[in-house]
Amino acid sequence: MTETTEFEPNALVRINVEVNGRAVSEEVSTRLLLSDFLRHQLRLTGTHVGCEHGVCGACTVHIDGTPARSCLTLAVQVDGCSIRTVEGLANADGSLHPVQQAFKECHALQCGFCTPGFMMAVAGLLDERDDLRTAEDDSIREDIAGNVCRCTGYMNIVSAVRRAAELTNEKG
Amino acid sequence: MSTRQFGARVQRNEDDRLIRGKGRYVDDIPLEGALHGVFARSNVAHAKITRLDVSRAAALPGVLKVYTHEDLGSLDMKMPLLIPHPCITHGRTQYPLARDEVFYVGQAIAFVVAVDRYVAEDAALLIDVEYETLPVEIDLRRAAEPGAPLVHADVPGNIAANLVQESGDVASAFAKADHITSITVHCERSTAAPMECLATAARWDEVSGELTVWDGTQAPIGLRGALASLFDLDEHAVRVIAPDVGGGFGPKIHFPYANEVLVPLAAREFGRPVKWIEDRSENFVHMTHERLQIHDIELAATRDGIVLGLRDRFLHDTGAFIPYGIAVAQVASCQIAGPYRIPNILVEFSCVYTPTVPVTPYRGCGRPQANFAIERAMDQLADELGLDRFEIRRRNFIQPEEFPYTRPNLIFADGLPVTHDSGEYEQALRALMDALDVDAFKADQQAALEQGRYLGLGLSFYVEGTGLGPYEGGHVRVHPITGKVFVNTGLTTQGQGHATVFAQIVSDQLGVAVEDVIVVEGDTGVYDWGVGTFASRAAVVSGSAVHKAAVLARKQLIDAAANMLEANPDDIELSDGRAFVAGSGVDGVTLAEIATASNPLRYAFNKAAERATQFAPAARSDGPPLAEGAHPGIEATDYYAPPHATWAYGVHGAIVEVDPMTYGIKIHRYVCVHDCGNMINPMIVEGQIAGGVAQGMGGAFYEKLEYDEDGALRNASFMDFLIPYATEIPHVEMIHQETPSPLNPLGIKGVGEAGTIPVAQVIASAIEDALRPLEIAPIRKVPLSPSLLHSYVTEAGLRK
Repeated sequence: MTETTEFEPNALVRINVEVNGRAVSEEVSTRLLLSDFLRHQLRLTGTHVGCEHGVCGACTVHIDGTPARSCLTLAVQVDGCSIRTVEGLANADGSLHPVQQAFKECHALQCGFCTPGFMMAVAGLLDERDDLRTAEDDSIREDIAGNVCRCTGYMNIVSAVRRAAELTNEKG
Repeated sequence: MSTRQFGARVQRNEDDRLIRGKGRYVDDIPLEGALHGVFARSNVAHAKITRLDVSRAAALPGVLKVYTHEDLGSLDMKMPLLIPHPCITHGRTQYPLARDEVFYVGQAIAFVVAVDRYVAEDAALLIDVEYETLPVEIDLRRAAEPGAPLVHADVPGNIAANLVQESGDVASAFAKADHITSITVHCERSTAAPMECLATAARWDEVSGELTVWDGTQAPIGLRGALASLFDLDEHAVRVIAPDVGGGFGPKIHFPYANEVLVPLAAREFGRPVKWIEDRSENFVHMTHERLQIHDIELAATRDGIVLGLRDRFLHDTGAFIPYGIAVAQVASCQIAGPYRIPNILVEFSCVYTPTVPVTPYRGCGRPQANFAIERAMDQLADELGLDRFEIRRRNFIQPEEFPYTRPNLIFADGLPVTHDSGEYEQALRALMDALDVDAFKADQQAALEQGRYLGLGLSFYVEGTGLGPYEGGHVRVHPITGKVFVNTGLTTQGQGHATVFAQIVSDQLGVAVEDVIVVEGDTGVYDWGVGTFASRAAVVSGSAVHKAAVLARKQLIDAAANMLEANPDDIELSDGRAFVAGSGVDGVTLAEIATASNPLRYAFNKAAERATQFAPAARSDGPPLAEGAHPGIEATDYYAPPHATWAYGVHGAIVEVDPMTYGIKIHRYVCVHDCGNMINPMIVEGQIAGGVAQGMGGAFYEKLEYDEDGALRNASFMDFLIPYATEIPHVEMIHQETPSPLNPLGIKGVGEAGTIPVAQVIASAIEDALRPLEIAPIRKVPLSPSLLHSYVTEAGLRK
């Protein structure tokens, strides 16, 4: 059998992306996942990979402002896009994003592995909904049901979503 | 004045790093030029390997080597049976890579090392394996029956171990009883599914001859011992580091997994770092499982519901091997009588081989199954005797004045008889009844029923032997330059907040801010005495050791400060990072100054150090710079070895509503009353419980590994194996009760596993209560899928 020599799995393509506000131009293999590109090529290891089949949400990043699974996206697909990862969540002066502040205050993380993806999903939610401060638990739970956390039992994450909305409101 | 940190809701020291994306999990460690490993695994349950050809894989560009068992040299040996026990008559463990036979789907056959993971995975697909399959029996009950296909040809009846323990005189108790209740319960096989799968990276340093292994383990010191033994290296030449670990929940206490052997081996052979990162589908068929047990339990009682005797015979599925011994079954057997006095207990179990992934502890470790068995039986007994479910429990509780309460001859996992040390069981039950307002609920239930709605109340009382020995150590040192306190233990942390709770303990002794206490664990290069993180033991055992070490360091600080301030040690106070004479209004000295002054110096490398050099007036004395028996600096190590386990307990209750058409279940309230002794940090305790309850909900409703009759795992992905999302977990109300353990200086009991233990019974009991009007058949099995519930109701209909 010689099928493995008939395609070029490692063919390289140049992509230009903006990552956390910084212009990046890199050659990537056509089959490289966005998660691997971020983690191993750019060494932004804050984005974690929990299932590699798009279910757990640990690898969530923002692509052009929208939360997306980086384990289901190829690096070549984001050519020309703007990517934001957990490393780009805090402000330039190092002060925490309301979601980060809220996760810490509410003890919404334990092992921390799902946390970056969870925070990116919640950051997206904050952009989308302005009623979170007073939202019922059930409605918040529906909106965060794209991410798995195995440590916290979600209770404190629900509180953190509400707290993040409060902090955003105070700032804004 | 410093406020006491023990008991305070202190925010976590570890969070800042983790929320900024600066965690250091194994796959985040930068290892320049690392090679990547991928395993080829068996896709049949039991077979002889008739042909194994790795030549096509090895020829793929980018592949450095494909290991099979033939390449392992002296490592081609059976892995250790970690916890030996005399009752294990047929202990079998696996080889790192299968030799001529495979015993479960997922067993490692070959290990590919390549320039990156993509190429390694391509190559693994090119490995040719031919099998001659052998018959299998997946069903636990049938596997233990005569004539079942054997997992190991030389293990008759598939029985690895059999243990009978009797406490008291069970035959007499049953002879005297007015009433005997007997039921059979069944808990399914599950997996812990930590968010970070297993991971190993290794680097072999040619210059120092040192092997460094980064590994997502709960037991780095044990793994270091295993690697030093396997590779025949001095201990100091092997350093195992468990960096940040993305959840553990039990299976990461087991070692050595094949990756923990193959990755270091390849790193040594190629003189380059090697990494292996397990993916999720692989995790399902490789990382150890737990939970499948079938209990036949009988209670012998008086007509007033006093339980005189208990007989439990159970089968424990240990998978294809038994590397962790009988731990899970033994823990189940010792928790079988729950919080009840029951003076006569006979418990017998058999550990049965099945051609499936090996079994080691998963959060709860046999306790959820034991709890399901005893509490289902208590519900049934109450029902048969016409007693209230709360009342029958109340009548059987061990009373506060009866502690310590020993169950003679029932030997726990620490080799000692079960001895409940303390508790207020009835008070906890009362707190739950008040919280749920049981009388009001009965009225609500009736009113709802009249509208065709089915409400039910369930409860479960659990006990948990926590804080197992043998011992742990704590090391405390004051950094002379910064005055910060450096603390080490032999544990690892996978999210439990050790860097905060141990810091709180030290803060109280040394008068430093919690954030100025740096806790480093999980690195044998830093501290290497101890055992590991399991059995809800970290706070109890290491917490106590850290406390004892901090008390010693406190004395050193006070003595040194008294010397420096020319004061009486009794008048010295430690607060805000300083030592001063109480009430003097004088600033005193900082911890950094004390630590510096306590270390005789030659070199004035900074301003503070000048005071400790040999010609400085403060350092002058007639004797040698260090008095005989003294040590430099402020530093102490101490150990804590518990006399026996300390017993936490609690009772959970829920009010649920069952939709009689869809069998959808809505949990209206979930209340948890628990007692883990004195709480170091209630915020962290609540987090542990909430997470435990969520995993318990998984076990109650969803989590079942579905092996087909050929031994293939049918739901090895997060698409098919259901774990709870936020929408599946109710809000959990918590009521804390604190009965200090008399066994350790801080009065702590463990809490890590507590939340998980009682949930399945709470749900089963509540659903049964709700569907009583439909005459539902008794619930004897979890997880409770809607279709299983439907069958319970249909079964009831058929019985009529």
